[in-house]
Amino acid sequence: MIIRQLSVFLENRAGRLTELTGILADNDINISAFSIADTTDFGVLRVITGNPELAEKVLKEQGFAVKITDVIGIVMHNKPGALHHALQILTDNGISIEYMYAFASSDDRATAVIRTDSPKKAIEVLQLHEMELLKTGDVYQI
Amino acid sequence: MIWNEHHECMDRQQLTELQGERLRDMVERIYFNVPFYRTRLQEMGIEPGDIRSLDDLKKLPFTTKQDLRDNYPFGLFAVPQHDVVRLHASSGTTGKSTVVGYTHNDIMMWSEVVARSLTMAGITRDDIVQVAYGYGLFTGGLGVHYGAEKIGASVIPISGGNTKKQLQLLEDFGSTAIACTPSYAAYLGEAIMEEKLDRSKIKLKAGIFGAEPWTEEMRTQIQHLLGLKAYDIYGLSEVIGPGVSMECACQRGMHIFEDHFIPEIIDPETCEVLPYGTLGELVFTTVTKEAMPLMRYRTRDLTRLHAETCDCGRTLVRMEKCVGRSDDMLIIRGVNVFPSQVESVLLEMSETKPHYLLVVDRENNLDTLEIQVEVEEQFFSDEVKELEGLRKRISGNLTSLLGLHASVRLVEPGTIERSMGKAQRVVDKRKLK
Ligand SMILES: [Zn+2]
Repeated sequence: MIIRQLSVFLENRAGRLTELTGILADNDINISAFSIADTTDFGVLRVITGNPELAEKVLKEQGFAVKITDVIGIVMHNKPGALHHALQILTDNGISIEYMYAFASSDDRATAVIRTDSPKKAIEVLQLHEMELLKTGDVYQI
Repeated sequence: MIWNEHHECMDRQQLTELQGERLRDMVERIYFNVPFYRTRLQEMGIEPGDIRSLDDLKKLPFTTKQDLRDNYPFGLFAVPQHDVVRLHASSGTTGKSTVVGYTHNDIMMWSEVVARSLTMAGITRDDIVQVAYGYGLFTGGLGVHYGAEKIGASVIPISGGNTKKQLQLLEDFGSTAIACTPSYAAYLGEAIMEEKLDRSKIKLKAGIFGAEPWTEEMRTQIQHLLGLKAYDIYGLSEVIGPGVSMECACQRGMHIFEDHFIPEIIDPETCEVLPYGTLGELVFTTVTKEAMPLMRYRTRDLTRLHAETCDCGRTLVRMEKCVGRSDDMLIIRGVNVFPSQVESVLLEMSETKPHYLLVVDRENNLDTLEIQVEVEEQFFSDEVKELEGLRKRISGNLTSLLGLHASVRLVEPGTIERSMGKAQRVVDKRKLK
């Protein structure tokens, strides 16, 4: 249930992101989902991919600062109130969210990627409420 | 233990008087015996009679390495050649080397200050001292050699290099002290590990290391590898060689043998004398040297002096490990900034490594300082607020140390150019405009 997300430090300079996507493409690594958190000087790219270990290896070889971070993915129906319902469960259980981003898939469903300080506890309470969670194997099919 | 308690623990008032007397005598000697100095002094309207006490030191002009080169080889000697018993020379990294001469008394004085230094490291006549500094034109080998002999220790004049032989003698002779460069000490330590020597046969208890910059990290490493206590010795051939200053067992800076070498700290730009505790360029006046006295010689080394009496009982001022060279100084908004200060901040923080670049620019007639710091893989957090926090911590530490606002930009690892030797640490865009 824990998804290994790839986090990459990126300087804000022209073409840097393109270099990175080029490296992933050359190594046949598919990007399932991503987000960029940025400031004026730098950004942090977060990527969900089917092969985070390989991505980590090839990016490190190219000199990027890379880190694998544990996140969880909540799969929801793409309809009003779904995200609110999921977040309410986490809030009610005292689980704070460091950051999150979401993406929609083709089957009318959406996935929220969530980084929390206690992913195991989050999985527990979400499962208790019969929420569907993204599995590592699913990442290939997104 | 103190080799020369009279001079090393002298009341500071008495010491000041002694320095004043010796300074007066020294100015007279150079005025009458060295045409270069006489001209310099006359240009400033100074006659020997004008220098009466230590207070008058600040009236004297400075001497630089360039002056030594311009007077190559013997132009600054204050005695006839037949009184010179030894010549050493430093291999200049740029241009001509500089030559230093010693009279018999100079050699005696040098042996005395080295004897004091070795005694600080606990070395006595019962010790076996392996001198692995180079013997030759370089002052390291012979300097330590004479001091160790003066103490009455057994001296092994093995000189530098020949690691196999060094290790063999460490074992066979049971050397209890070694003198060499810190990098060679670390190398020897690693060789002991590799050769799997019987550590119980290594009897080393003290190491006297100098002649190149080294860090506290290296000290820990060497002490671990060689099983000894590592002491820092400072010197430069122009002044005498090793033994200008030395760490006592308290290791709170190196005591300068002020009865022979008068230290000052100056602002490298304005040449104004700075108070104790302030970072600046170290300047020496040698008041007892006969063959080649130096008047306010600018070492270009940056350090601070501390005058409080040390726990060891010595009243001699202590100098900190040098943090860099004044040639590297930048003036930003009127504040003196040394790249080595940035380095020290980054080294002190556990989450950064000293890979940095200073970018100085001018915006709306105001100087700006940006410091680029590489994000270290192991400290990289994927949370922006953590990275922002790191950035602010570095900036805060730098700003408080430099006394000038320094903005910090985090950059990707490996993007700051590494070069052999002195890394390119500064981009000063102000000059381009
Ligand atoms: Zn002391």
